[in-house]
Amino acid sequence: MIKVENLFFSYQCKDVVKNINFTIREGESLAIIGPSGCGKTTLVYLLANLLTPNQGQIKINNSIIDNIRKKTGVILQNYGLFPWKTVYDNVSLGLEVRHFNKKKIKEKVLEVLNRLNIEEYKDNYPAELSGGQRQRVAVARSLILKPDLLLMDEPFSALDAITREEMQNLILHIHKDNNLSFIIVTHNIDEAVFLGQNIAIMKEGTFIDQLDNPYFGDFKLREKEEFFKLCKNLRTMMSGDDLL
Amino acid sequence: MIKGKKLNIIKGALFITIIWYFIHLLISSNIIPDPFTVFLNFFEILIPVLLPHLAMSLYRILTAVVLALIIGVSLGLLIGRNERVDQYISPIIYLLYPIPKIAFLPIIMLLLGLGNRSKIVLIIIIVVFQIIVTTRDSVKNVDPEYFYSAQSIGISSLQTYQHIIIPAILPQILTALRITVGTSIAVLFYAENFATQYGIGYYIMNSWIMVNYVDMFSGILAVSFLGLLIFKSIDIIEIRFCLWINVKNTKGVNNQ
Ligand SMILES: Nc1ncnc2c1ncn2[C@@H]1O[C@H](COP(=O)(O)OP(=O)(O)OP(=O)(O)O)[C@@H](O)[C@H]1O
Ligand SMILES: [Mg+2]
Repeated sequence: MIKVENLFFSYQCKDVVKNINFTIREGESLAIIGPSGCGKTTLVYLLANLLTPNQGQIKINNSIIDNIRKKTGVILQNYGLFPWKTVYDNVSLGLEVRHFNKKKIKEKVLEVLNRLNIEEYKDNYPAELSGGQRQRVAVARSLILKPDLLLMDEPFSALDAITREEMQNLILHIHKDNNLSFIIVTHNIDEAVFLGQNIAIMKEGTFIDQLDNPYFGDFKLREKEEFFKLCKNLRTMMSGDDLL
Repeated sequence: MIKGKKLNIIKGALFITIIWYFIHLLISSNIIPDPFTVFLNFFEILIPVLLPHLAMSLYRILTAVVLALIIGVSLGLLIGRNERVDQYISPIIYLLYPIPKIAFLPIIMLLLGLGNRSKIVLIIIIVVFQIIVTTRDSVKNVDPEYFYSAQSIGISSLQTYQHIIIPAILPQILTALRITVGTSIAVLFYAENFATQYGIGYYIMNSWIMVNYVDMFSGILAVSFLGLLIFKSIDIIEIRFCLWINVKNTKGVNNQ
């Protein structure tokens, strides 16, 4: 369970995250939607403890997080892949620094690359891949560390519509297979509705609204009436913002 | 690609030879001997005469450059990674950097003796600044997202040097190294005019004093090949360790 209470953060003297509160139960998901510059990335950094809040606390499974947590996976806005490492080395790095033996690493890396359908690119550098393939590498790099919580910062915003839906389905599959909790930050209403069991609307550093999504988890949701209703609903709630 | 580069060097050599030949014709004095006489002489004296001089120069350059790299990169990393240290050390570097250190050769020779040590130290204090400043700036320019990314998968700060910082700055370090080697050869040429019987700089100046222009030009040719050898070695290091840069260049894909 993740419980965030009263979270504040400022860069120098600019308040960027103000009074964020939410709870997600184990195995649930949260989609955070909001306009550019509203503090989404900063919030992800706080949740991952890459930044330290000025005020408030984050509790995961009842312990306060004041360190980088081993079981929290993060996919950063620009994927965070290292251009000087091959796909294989990018994915294996997390295990390598945890001193797994070489054979075990190879086994695990090939397994996860295979699962994400990018095994054939293992010797390529990120610059040689398409956006979707890079995204898969970023997912692979997080999954290999067996997280119980995955934080994603606009992971699919650079992808075309079809690849984007593919990736969304993939995340939903992984979520179901591993009972993975995840938080996804997005600009995109469809994405928030498809991947958010809870949906939070963020504006100027704070959640201005939150809603439940009873239809979450259905792979065919995009074709259904409820989906459009919920999207419309969400759009109305956010109205006034210049979002898609 | 490699084959094409080899061809380019031959083309370049041919071009220089033609220009050289024309200048020779134009000046028609033995100050500029004709290239073919020089080439013949060069191959004749290469092994018995030039090689010992070259070996000594190469030894001095390599020792100086390796030491300068070790000192410069460590200092650059220290400054680049610590705002506080940067505040105190950078002004000192800016004050010392422009001083014409070559003027200190007599003092260095007094302090360290006339031998190799003073020549090597002179090269080090001249080139180390380029390496410090390049390292410092490239460390500061590493995209912070890489550090966040590394932290998020549990990389310790020591491992960050191995996996993030060094690979990220290596291309710039190699560029600094190329500039440094050029400077080193020039400085060495000067330093080898004092208190030594060996070194390609000594050989060239000595031929000049003896008014043997063919030997002098053979020596210059030797310096050129020495430089080429070192630059090519750096290229090989780059191809081996910075493969990702080449990937980016050949495919024309912008990374991330
Ligand atoms: N390192 C920093 N120093 C100072 N201010 C910053 C820094 N990073 C971000 N900010 C500011 O904080 C605010 C929130 O930035 P953040 O990156 O969290 O927004 P975002 O919601 O992720 O935007 P986007 O959707 O464009 O990615 C912005 O106004 C930005 O200018
Ligand atoms: Mg952002």
